[in-house]
Amino acid sequence: MATEEAAHHDEHHAHPTGILRWITTTNHKDIGTLYLCFSLAMFMVGGLMALVIRTELFQPGLQVVDPHFFNQMTTMHALVMIFGAVMPGFVGFANWMLPMMIGAPDMALPRLNNWSFWILPFAFTMLLSSLLTAGGGPAAGWTLYAPLSIQGGMAVDMTIFAVHMMGVSSILGAINVIVTIFNMRAPGMTLMKLPLFVWTWLITAFLLIAVMPVLAGVVTMLLTDRHFDTAFFNPAGGGDPVMFQHIFWFFGHPEVYILILPAFGIISEIIPTFSRKPLFGYTTMVLATAGIAFLSFIVWAHHMFTVGMPLAGELFFMYSTMLIAVPTGVKVFNWVSTMWRGSLTFETPMLFAIAVVFLFTIGGFSGLMLAITPADFQYHDTYFVVAHFHYVLFSGSIMAMMGGAYYWLPKWTGHMYDEKLGKAHFWSNTIFFNITFFPQHFLGLAGMPRRIPDYALQFTEFNVISSIGAFGLGLSQLLFVYVVIKCVRGGDKASDEVWEQPRGLEWTVPSPAPYHTFETPPRVA
Amino acid sequence: MTATAQQPPTNRRLIFRLVLAVFAMFGFGFALVPLYDVFCDITGLNGKTGVTDSRTVEATPIDKERWITVEFTGNAASGLPWEFRPTVAKMEVQPGALARATYIARNTSNRTVVGRAIPSVSPGEAAAHFNKTECFCFTEQYLDAGETKEMTVQFVVEPDIPHSVNTITLSYAFFNAEKYVKQKTVKATHKDAKLEKTHPDKKS
Repeated sequence: MATEEAAHHDEHHAHPTGILRWITTTNHKDIGTLYLCFSLAMFMVGGLMALVIRTELFQPGLQVVDPHFFNQMTTMHALVMIFGAVMPGFVGFANWMLPMMIGAPDMALPRLNNWSFWILPFAFTMLLSSLLTAGGGPAAGWTLYAPLSIQGGMAVDMTIFAVHMMGVSSILGAINVIVTIFNMRAPGMTLMKLPLFVWTWLITAFLLIAVMPVLAGVVTMLLTDRHFDTAFFNPAGGGDPVMFQHIFWFFGHPEVYILILPAFGIISEIIPTFSRKPLFGYTTMVLATAGIAFLSFIVWAHHMFTVGMPLAGELFFMYSTMLIAVPTGVKVFNWVSTMWRGSLTFETPMLFAIAVVFLFTIGGFSGLMLAITPADFQYHDTYFVVAHFHYVLFSGSIMAMMGGAYYWLPKWTGHMYDEKLGKAHFWSNTIFFNITFFPQHFLGLAGMPRRIPDYALQFTEFNVISSIGAFGLGLSQLLFVYVVIKCVRGGDKASDEVWEQPRGLEWTVPSPAPYHTFETPPRVA
Repeated sequence: MTATAQQPPTNRRLIFRLVLAVFAMFGFGFALVPLYDVFCDITGLNGKTGVTDSRTVEATPIDKERWITVEFTGNAASGLPWEFRPTVAKMEVQPGALARATYIARNTSNRTVVGRAIPSVSPGEAAAHFNKTECFCFTEQYLDAGETKEMTVQFVVEPDIPHSVNTITLSYAFFNAEKYVKQKTVKATHKDAKLEKTHPDKKS
């Protein structure tokens, strides 16, 4: 009923203005904008936390914050970035682009869509306000390993409930995406004609539905262990703390692909446009994405090689992890082959896409190094791991989103962004990113442990470089915000196609995309 | 906008299935707890020690050719006001022969405390060949205020233990189990029998 009324309402009356428009909206473009703004805000908040960490690590010894607060910052930085910046960011892209890419008038479940967004501000208010409770925020790391997280204060409970709410939000979003893609495609838009961004999101949505409930389950076990005398993770009552790690990473590894697959989708849209060639190996791209998603379920214990597993387990998880390099390699080669002999131009989105291919591959290779069990015993919990996952998450997911933002901003706003400033943002972002994180490889190989506010003197130089890079990286993002705001407020008028003969239905609608698109479904040849 | 104005039945069916999948996966998360144990039991990958009875041990031929060093360690986890240590640091045993070792535990507090010992065997590959006929870790242990108790473990190293293993370390961590035993004391008479069933050390 509610859905019917909402759809009806949108259609025939002027929509409410001001804040009410945003609170009550069921329009996929409005909700996409809300998600993207929320993601950007959380990106800034999480970035500030990272700068607290890097400030403390600028010099050895304890200067700026006390160790307990430092632990809260590492924990919160990860939670905010993963659940607040990257995941909602991709949902924002999905909301804006999926209906326009498949020729649908809106998402299939608009009222639900509104809900899944508006849960998030409450979830993050709860998570962030836990910093103000007695004893401070959660400090056990974002993985919330038992038994440490069982000992934490009220902040851990607030984190658990916030995680529940984020989980509900992502699950609702995922259901919406699947129903939209299955039931709302324009006539002629068969599954194997779907743009790759749609494909990657479809598979991501299935991953979300499979593992977010497991995360909800494992944090619920934590909660009952903390307050209701169950003993899932406490050996005194017959439980096992290692069990937490097993269940957590059963969620956790598919989660990292949830964080990267939509990024693969975005750059698979960008690269063909600026290579002026169709995507090389479309079918293999789809199969590789599905293959990565499948493998993600059988590799979880590579996060816990040092926990004391039997040799058979170590070997199984080592080989299955290395197997992931195959479908991922297929993707990288396909992107490179798409560019091969294309007539390339290097607008800002393309610069980001190429940087993602290059830098993500570095992250992929350090991942392969970590997959080698005997080597992992040295790398485990060092800065090498930190460098690895920032290469895949920042220069994979986040830079793909930035590229995607530049790519579609003209379609969203009707204005071209400032190309000169966009390029400036790209170069400062990418250079400072490498200054920040490349030295962390060396720190990790030399044995600097992660999540520790102090370090031995021989690590000083690389930490200084890394901290300087982090501040440059943070400042670069202000330029990004400026470019986006400038583009929203005005600029050269963008054509409907925006780029030179891009593929995809989204380029057939006017720029800016009208509030309602494809009310009559297009025919796809 | 007719597509969204009226939700087609296919939408509802798909939503229903997806919601069902969400609940199923929530349940699966909890099911993983026993499933891991079952999986490790079947594959023997868990590194836990086994249980046997003295009659089986008597029937096992003793390998007179080999001597294996068994080392003992033990500690009381924080939160358990006990002193806990083995009476001997190590002993030599022959595979197939029943051996007996003791630990000493003393309650340093002024109240009765119940503890539970969790065993661990190192190296992990030895665990499958290390069986116990009797152990203080099979049940909860009660110590009155200031009480000292000798605790016994009877074990056998099976003759099929790989030749690469010459030294085995048996370690116990004693945990405060007050929180978890309280609810069960109502059925105190059946306590031991019941606990034995649920004990992680048992491989039924």
